Amino acid sequence: MSKFMTWVDERFPLTALWESQWGKYVAPKNFNFWYFFGSLAAFVLVLQFVTGIWLAMDYKPDAAKAFGSVEYIMRDVQWGWLIRYLHSTGASMFFVVVYLHMFRGLIYGSYRKPRELTWLFGCVIYLALMAEAFFGYLLPWGQMSYWGAQVIVNLFSTIPGIGEGLAVWIRGDYTISDVTLNRFFAFHVAALPLVLVALVVMHLMALHETGSNNPDGVEIKKQPKDPKTGLPLDGIYSHPYYTVKDIVGVIGFLIVFSAIVFFLPNMGGFFLESNNFIPANPLKTPQEIAPVWYFTPYYAMLRAVPSFLETQVWGVIVMACAVLIFFALPWLDRAPVKSIRYRGRLYKGFLIAFIFSFLLLGYLGTVPVTVWGQFADVFPFHGADRATVVSRVLTVIYFAFFVLMPWYSVRDKTLPQPDRVRWK
Amino acid sequence: MRKLALIACAALALVGLAANAAEEAGLRMAPAPDNRLDIASLQRGARDFVNYCLTCHTAKYMRYNRLTDLGLTPAQIKSSLMFASDKIGDTMTVAMREDDAKTWFGNPPPDLSVEARVRGRDWLYNYLLGFYRDDKSATGWNNLVFPNVGMPDVLWQLSGTGKRVEKEFDNEESAEAAAIAVKGLAMVEPTKDHKYTMVSIAPDAPGTMTRAQYEAFVGDIVNYLDYMGEPIRDERIHLGMIVLIFLGVLFALAYALKRDYWKALH
Repeated sequence: MSKFMTWVDERFPLTALWESQWGKYVAPKNFNFWYFFGSLAAFVLVLQFVTGIWLAMDYKPDAAKAFGSVEYIMRDVQWGWLIRYLHSTGASMFFVVVYLHMFRGLIYGSYRKPRELTWLFGCVIYLALMAEAFFGYLLPWGQMSYWGAQVIVNLFSTIPGIGEGLAVWIRGDYTISDVTLNRFFAFHVAALPLVLVALVVMHLMALHETGSNNPDGVEIKKQPKDPKTGLPLDGIYSHPYYTVKDIVGVIGFLIVFSAIVFFLPNMGGFFLESNNFIPANPLKTPQEIAPVWYFTPYYAMLRAVPSFLETQVWGVIVMACAVLIFFALPWLDRAPVKSIRYRGRLYKGFLIAFIFSFLLLGYLGTVPVTVWGQFADVFPFHGADRATVVSRVLTVIYFAFFVLMPWYSVRDKTLPQPDRVRWK
Repeated sequence: MRKLALIACAALALVGLAANAAEEAGLRMAPAPDNRLDIASLQRGARDFVNYCLTCHTAKYMRYNRLTDLGLTPAQIKSSLMFASDKIGDTMTVAMREDDAKTWFGNPPPDLSVEARVRGRDWLYNYLLGFYRDDKSATGWNNLVFPNVGMPDVLWQLSGTGKRVEKEFDNEESAEAAAIAVKGLAMVEPTKDHKYTMVSIAPDAPGTMTRAQYEAFVGDIVNYLDYMGEPIRDERIHLGMIVLIFLGVLFALAYALKRDYWKALH
């Protein structure tokens, strides 16, 4: 075996690659629960690739056949139902895992120097994932697939001047049609998976260059080395320690995941919307067009922004900024410490307000704006939908978390950061 | 950290509360009978479905031979359930052409393969019990659950006919109380002069079945539609139990392995 490895290593740096990326990668020993979600995201990515490849074997990207081919997979293909549910549940769980992974980055300041590029690559992964999910959602060719795509592509048509042409260019037609389905299929199964893999490789290489952050924000690379092991005082090898730990995480995740796949594959209409079991009908607009849950915080913002100067482009701009503002985070945060453990009340207050606004916007995006009725004659909201007014306030809170960060992160009373990590 | 988790939970609970406050008002539906695992009910439902529904509606993703799931033999399926086709591997289609159907009904009758996944059991059950006579509509029928629906009450000879009954109340509470007292399908609507109307359906002329017989009949059809929407469901749940037990054991082993490796670290 070792003779074989020598033969390979003389021609390709296989051992060096393994050791630099995982085998001899030194990580802080105090990773907690939140650190499972990175490896889980990689796991779900592989799961989506495998199930996606098998779905593509029986799926037909043709407006006349797509809906039927999905039912064919559900009924006539051996284990097709399981592969399809794994893929549809995987799509939603990918976002669950990624949102929790991003939350981890937020609370422990993983985006701070020197990990800015890891964070930026991660933000691009998030964008690519949204595109991947959007293209994929058209493929079952149900009513929600169709009208959801219609609404999102129409967002581009609000851009002054070039908008209409741009929307036609994206669709390849004047409405969502067979042409659109074909190209979205190509994007979903070829273009974006390639982009995602490239980005994930960059994300991991950047991380393994700087080393991982940890719940205390201590830089283990700056620590003195343990004379016995030659490793930083709080560092351990990823392998075998985090290998065996991440296996526990993956199996724990699979328990939750399987419970959904086998017992609640629709997840109460959040993972599979009931209206998507109606075949796409270009002549019949559904009463309520709600995007899938992972887009709803941004959808709620889009709806809440009023049109102004005879254009609705402002909502689109707000929505785009809400996603893109994550890119600026490394330069907005000026606190002397990274981790929430050593931050003061000011930061914690803003963070809680931000999480609350994100969740509540997410809920409001799933329901009609009339959900809470209208204000009576209360100044200055005469007759306005309560949910719309609340969404506007929440949108402001969402942005305040970022925009005011250069101010409150400095003013905040922080505790001194220790030199050694705390165990647990 | 624990404090943060507590606050996060509180935030989630608040969002949940907000979600609950928005429960739908108006239509009050009777729950469909819960007979998912009753094979005899499913068999009756299949028989009634092919006899009464599969004349205008299709189920073009459902194959006849799939009905062996319900304990029927291919010979039984062929002799008692197949009228439109003679190949047991065929899907449930009808002879009516879609453009004819469009002319006759306004909209072609929807394919029913996955209708239960769109509407749910309760909706279907109440819809089939929700027809009443309406001289103003094109078909002479209307429906409390699906107003101005294109489908006539094709089952009226069994159920008898119903008529729409409206009662006006001064406030919402008493209208809701009256709707609950109906113990079945009812609807509460606000009127223009700030009062509330409770709408229900009263029997007009009897059919060949009693009310209880007809409700059981509709319950069987809904049960079958629900099965047809996802024929694999029972197998899926059964397999899920095995998978979870397996993963539970695997988790225990993996956790023991992790603890063993990490014992040496301080």
